[in-house]
Amino acid sequence: MQSIRIGKEPQVQYLLRVADTCLILAQRITEWCGHAPILEEDIALSNMGLDLLGQARGVLTRAGQVDGRGHDEDQLAFLRGEGDFLNVTMAELPRGDFAFTCLRNAMLATLLKLLWQRLESSSDRELAAIAGKAIKEARYHQQHAADWVVRLGDGTEQSRQRMQAALAQLWPYTAELFDTDAVDDAAQASGLGPRWADLEAEWRQEMAQILAAADLAVPEGDIKFRSTGKRGVHSEHMGFILAEMQYLQRSYPGGAW
Amino acid sequence: MTTPTPASTEWPLWEVFVRSRAGLDHKHCGSLHASDAKMAIQMARDVYTRRQEGTSIWVVPSSAIVASDPADKDMYFDPAEDKVYRHPTFFTLPAAVNHM
Repeated sequence: MQSIRIGKEPQVQYLLRVADTCLILAQRITEWCGHAPILEEDIALSNMGLDLLGQARGVLTRAGQVDGRGHDEDQLAFLRGEGDFLNVTMAELPRGDFAFTCLRNAMLATLLKLLWQRLESSSDRELAAIAGKAIKEARYHQQHAADWVVRLGDGTEQSRQRMQAALAQLWPYTAELFDTDAVDDAAQASGLGPRWADLEAEWRQEMAQILAAADLAVPEGDIKFRSTGKRGVHSEHMGFILAEMQYLQRSYPGGAW
Repeated sequence: MTTPTPASTEWPLWEVFVRSRAGLDHKHCGSLHASDAKMAIQMARDVYTRRQEGTSIWVVPSSAIVASDPADKDMYFDPAEDKVYRHPTFFTLPAAVNHM
């Protein structure tokens, strides 16, 4: 089935960056269902994935309304092509090992927590209401993931090596989180939400605290690599995750159960 | 050299108590494995309160619970069977006392 197209209005793009980051991260996290190291964590990860999915649903619905082309949350999730997904690249990277998952969750939960905090006073009342609910979930996600980062970073020789490796892998993708552009400027001007660049100082401070407690060294040096998922240009992993996520709706349009 | 038993390679066991509403008492609802108290609280939250079951959680190391011996059951509990007078239902309240 052919992909739907969405508008290029900055408000729609801003909402999709939030919604798609939650949606794709939810999809990645729930890949752990049935595979987490212990039963309790298996449930915890599924809970977090479903929280993120709920957040994505709300914001996708809102994006569809603002876009005005009559697309609902399901159509936006299942019928958009890769170039119209605007999640940060970090969210789409393969799930990796448990250390990688925990560190990515800590990084993105910290970002989303700071974002929801500001979105609670968005000029878009619908978005503000979603943020009011999501902020509680994001706070717990951050705490839960950060605890694991500390336990593994400051744990055994092996857990420490894995966490340090995860940090080296993920760090190059952090710059994109705070890249700013006209979409951010428009959101700031209209009161829809903050420039993501304005979250950077607090994000770095909170992550530095977590990494220090985990006894992990922040990678140094200037990284030239820049990921661009927020602008619709994704890593090689994105097509695969969408293929898995969208297969059913593409093959059986409108299918429900 | 002995092979470690499953119990010695697993994280400690914790008993979980959840209070469903303010004013009610914490009720035992199950157990879980966690490496320490902080993790046990988080795991209890994720395992036992995901369907709005709780407003407060206690966790207690299972090893800290002292239980009565099942072999003592007859000696401990059967003698109470014929002591109905221990229930306060035999007292007649004065008419002036309401709401008891």
